[in-house]
Amino acid sequence: MAKWLNEAGPEADIVISSRIRVARNLDGFPFPHMLNEEVGKDIMNKVYSAVIEGNETLINNFELVEMKHVDKVNRLNYVEKHIISPAMARNTTTGSLLINEDESIAILINEEDHIRIQCLLPGFQLENSWNLADKIDDLIEEKIKYAFDENLGYLTSCPTNLGTGIRASIMMHLPALNITGHINSILHASSQIGIAVRGIYGEGSEFLGNIFQVSNQVTLGITEEEILKNLTNVGMQIIQKERFIRASLLKEKKIDIEDKVYRSFGILKNARRINLTEAMKLISDVKLGVVLGLIEEASLEKLNQLMAMIQLGFLQKHYKAELTEEDRDIKRAEIIRMNI
Amino acid sequence: MICDDCKKRDAVVHMTKMIHGYKEELHLCDVCAKARESSEVVNEFSIPSFLTSILDANFNSNLKANYNAIIQCNHCGTTYNKFKESGRLGCDECHQVFKEKLNPLLRRIHGNSKHVGKVPKRTGGAIHLKRKVSQLKQKLQEAIAEEAFEKAVNYRDEIRALEEEINKG
Repeated sequence: MAKWLNEAGPEADIVISSRIRVARNLDGFPFPHMLNEEVGKDIMNKVYSAVIEGNETLINNFELVEMKHVDKVNRLNYVEKHIISPAMARNTTTGSLLINEDESIAILINEEDHIRIQCLLPGFQLENSWNLADKIDDLIEEKIKYAFDENLGYLTSCPTNLGTGIRASIMMHLPALNITGHINSILHASSQIGIAVRGIYGEGSEFLGNIFQVSNQVTLGITEEEILKNLTNVGMQIIQKERFIRASLLKEKKIDIEDKVYRSFGILKNARRINLTEAMKLISDVKLGVVLGLIEEASLEKLNQLMAMIQLGFLQKHYKAELTEEDRDIKRAEIIRMNI
Repeated sequence: MICDDCKKRDAVVHMTKMIHGYKEELHLCDVCAKARESSEVVNEFSIPSFLTSILDANFNSNLKANYNAIIQCNHCGTTYNKFKESGRLGCDECHQVFKEKLNPLLRRIHGNSKHVGKVPKRTGGAIHLKRKVSQLKQKLQEAIAEEAFEKAVNYRDEIRALEEEINKG
């Protein structure tokens, strides 16, 4: 199981995980979408040997996974663990992945860019994630010449990543802000300062499970430190607001909150059939109950895991079968009953 | 390939013209292609040209569609239109070829078009030095403004030394 799902990190009452993703390309090669299988493989080998031959203890226990050797269910599973993008899962000609044992470090090869270094840690620890990614970046650069321009910075396939090539993001559980509608002012304000807030699960505005991703939009004309500082500051403010509203809800609407939390807990413990939307909503309620001290039998880590485990890829991987819509809901309820 | 008009810059626009049955091939750089268009095409007001995406907002030409179809990166073959469709550039060279068109987009996305972050060690030696020089120049101005002339002299000497180092490569 991935590290970010296995442990609770700093500010775990709200922040589930912190991720840094660094985009890099090799000098003189066309970007991945222009590559044939042969050149793609050449790039994979170059990156692989740069990482493996590099003298860095971090790199112990790395495994090379070629997308073409991974079946559909497991590719979907990687997507649900937030290790690869759906586009990467579809790239079964040139795409591959270098990944460590606890899945906290993943180097994606031939995704949108030749190299994407991704560090994913539990809780609020952007700086630690960046320090890891920075080290791996230096390590690869010892062997590989990057495409770089003095004015544009690291050259990337999409202009939105130029400059530092860094996308930093935190995954947050924000039930109180979402229930009270305050999330909308946060969405609006953050977009004004180059920070995007969006739902992770579900489409459009439904924000499944009250899970949000907060990330930087600007990568050029700003230093890595500034990107991290801005995002950390915004993250801290959102945490404070969420905590404040949680506390006042508990004070002013105690019975309503208790009723909601215990009902949701009861349904999860007893349901025999449950769809994803409902399950995500109820687990979110129980998470809130745990943080507010109303429920002691469940842990945050377990509930974070559960949110991942009830996604389709995880379910199919667990039951080692492709499931029909009806079966999914039954198996999902089963998994929840066993784990809550 | 070198531009047929200026004979200086690389040709990125390749045109084939048929005039009275005679075929004429023309290879032009970005600048000369634009110059030719404005002289050869009658200006006409049209709504679609008004509505083209922000990418072309700063680009004053009527032959936009044709021109865009053939502006092409020599290194990987990506055309500007292909980039517009996919949002992806084909290789590192594309950034130079489409530079003029990308700049307004970059300012729109990032509010900026100059990198100030990390620099690779391997290629970045001179860039580190240049950045240091510009920091020192700023300090020099501050020192002069404060009339701290001894400090200013030191900064000036440091800047000279660094500039020599940069010139040596």
